Amino acid sequence: MGLVSYLINSKIFIEESTELEKRVLFKSAWLPWALVAPQLLIVLVFFFWPASQAVWQSVLSEDAFGTSSEFVGMLNFSRLWADSTYLNSFKVTAIFSVLVAGCGLAIALLLAVMANGVIRGAGTYKTLLIWPYAVAPVVAGVLWVFMFSSPMGVISFALQSVGIEWNHLLNSTHAMTLIVIAAVWKQISYNFLFFLAGLQSIPKSLLEAAAIDGASPARRFWTIVFPLLTPTTFFLLVINVIYAFFDTFGIVDAATQGGPGKDTAILVYKVYFDGFKAMDIGSSAAQSVVLMVIVIALTVLQFRFIEKKVNY
Amino acid sequence: MKYRFAAAALATFAAGLPFSSQAQTEIQWWHSMGGALGEWVNDQAKDFNASQKDYKVVPTFKGSYDESMTAAIAAFRAGNAPHILQVFEVGTATMMASKQAIVPVTEVMKKAGIKFDAGAYVPAVAGYYTAPSGDMLSFPFNSSTTVFHYNKDALKAAGVDAIPTTWPEVALAAAKLKANGHKCPFTTSWVSWTQLESFSAWHNVEFASKSNGMKGLDTRLTFNTPLHVRHIENLANMAKQGLFVYKGRGNLADATFVSGECAMMTGSSALYGNIKRNAKFGAGIGALPYYPDVPGSPQNTVIGGASLWAMSGKPAGDYKGVGQFYAFLSQPAEAAKSHQRTGYLPLTKASYEMTEKSNFYRDNPGTDVSVTQMIRKTTDKSRGIRLGNFVQIRAINDEELEQVWAGKKSAKEALDTAVKRGNEQLERFQKANKG
Repeated sequence: MGLVSYLINSKIFIEESTELEKRVLFKSAWLPWALVAPQLLIVLVFFFWPASQAVWQSVLSEDAFGTSSEFVGMLNFSRLWADSTYLNSFKVTAIFSVLVAGCGLAIALLLAVMANGVIRGAGTYKTLLIWPYAVAPVVAGVLWVFMFSSPMGVISFALQSVGIEWNHLLNSTHAMTLIVIAAVWKQISYNFLFFLAGLQSIPKSLLEAAAIDGASPARRFWTIVFPLLTPTTFFLLVINVIYAFFDTFGIVDAATQGGPGKDTAILVYKVYFDGFKAMDIGSSAAQSVVLMVIVIALTVLQFRFIEKKVNY
Repeated sequence: MKYRFAAAALATFAAGLPFSSQAQTEIQWWHSMGGALGEWVNDQAKDFNASQKDYKVVPTFKGSYDESMTAAIAAFRAGNAPHILQVFEVGTATMMASKQAIVPVTEVMKKAGIKFDAGAYVPAVAGYYTAPSGDMLSFPFNSSTTVFHYNKDALKAAGVDAIPTTWPEVALAAAKLKANGHKCPFTTSWVSWTQLESFSAWHNVEFASKSNGMKGLDTRLTFNTPLHVRHIENLANMAKQGLFVYKGRGNLADATFVSGECAMMTGSSALYGNIKRNAKFGAGIGALPYYPDVPGSPQNTVIGGASLWAMSGKPAGDYKGVGQFYAFLSQPAEAAKSHQRTGYLPLTKASYEMTEKSNFYRDNPGTDVSVTQMIRKTTDKSRGIRLGNFVQIRAINDEELEQVWAGKKSAKEALDTAVKRGNEQLERFQKANKG
């Protein structure tokens, strides 16, 4: 997590400096270091230090209270690879992340485009859309579980009347749908804010010129608005993938606890369960190292390949 | 005016401070009792504090059982552990293995100079928290067991006259309830605890080898016998017919019984207080159902709930306070009061006799069920189940059984996989703790 945020932070920094075409040259050798020191310090203390702790604990076997601790090398990792349910949770995580990032971005973009067109009461509309972001993940999970719980939940009741027997306790598809909805709902506000800001920075003159040339609203969107939004979209894609990978365990814990079976047990939920519920710190640390490697790899890939399609 | 008030307040505060801090030693107690049970815990601390002047027990609610255990582990690693920690029964093996982190009850009492008679405690309860050497390790504070809750009104409406006591009778009653239009005839909370763990002891078969882990860390799971398969198959068939409705992991099903949605439920005896306060129907408690053709059944059920652990690393004088608090809780009148108030099992034999003499069981039918299920001569197979990594094992059982209720796996397949996956956890625990 630490490395990833660092990558993103530094990336944004470079973006800005190239965009503004400003280059500052320092004559003294220590001044630039002194200026970045606060930032470096924060990154080291809050990101690199905990990350290194996780790496260290992943090669130890400890009892819960840490009274005995033994170096076991790669044992915690080799156990994970031997566990077929762990390998399966990669698949679950991939499905979950693609759905959360995909739906979250698409819906937020749609809402932002609509909100951008609203003239009367725009402030209220926008504020209402931002609210879900203030809700804690666990609360979001509980909220949606209430609405979907059979037979009394509002939504499951409605579904029943159209002939769908909703049961996320035993139906894997229902369970996955439930946590995706809760996770997307929570993240939409964040995406919405960025998309709206992005939309508002698109020059009106471009759109007007296209309109005069007879381009339809759809065509204007796909040829002008969407390409100009790609920096925002790319940034949000990275953020949403990280969100789906790391920040969703509260939702899963409150909504499905990984069930039915292990069909909604995403990687980070297992990290949380083994570390905080089952007190198996070595295995939990090993899993978070695996997770860290995956997200770093994904982020690097995104910067390598998708960024080429971004117009700054 | 304001200043004068502040100055006066400060003066009072300053005057009061040295007085109180010198006289009393604070005993920190972290627990997981919310709601009505939280009030019970606070009352006990208050009564103890009023009974003497040297120690002040300070109870702090630290969230659910696993949350307070995580908090205590973090605090212990940072050198700030509480004096007393309430730990749920599945955490027992973990606590026992962490010998340097805990102080056994026997030792606390020795340090406090209080004469301690382990024989005064209810054996089926105290035995669970006693090491093979005979030392009582933790204080059996709140123990519950598995019972059968039923909705009298719903059963009567469906024409069920006799309360079901066996599994075939439960299935018959459920069928009648369904025919009467009931959407959820039977459900269960704590699936692993009620349908596998207590089920094993109740039928006098082992859940795990080495006396269910009580006699050593080299224990392995054995709950895939034909009897277990038969029971899970039976439940799966009931699920298929809509007679058994799965309502989720842990205690999620509890709410569906209290609300009246489900008519029969196997669950914790400690639900008694909640039902009494919130259920809008006549509720009854019966013994856990069994299969009458199994020889030796019904035997006894196993306990749940939690116990109190004294944490190590405190000044020697503090343990005197902990010991006095334990002794206070064990007084017959005090223990009887707790038992009657909460539905938890009686702590000592004397408190049980006292409750019986006061006609409490006669006036509150059903409250004696949990006690009679537990106060029996236990066998090596039924004494209790004490396993390492128990939290993971229960989660595995939840996962595998959900596949059965969903119709994706057969009972045999699911139990075999659960045993195999659970045994990996036991092997790990054994290695990590040098068993």
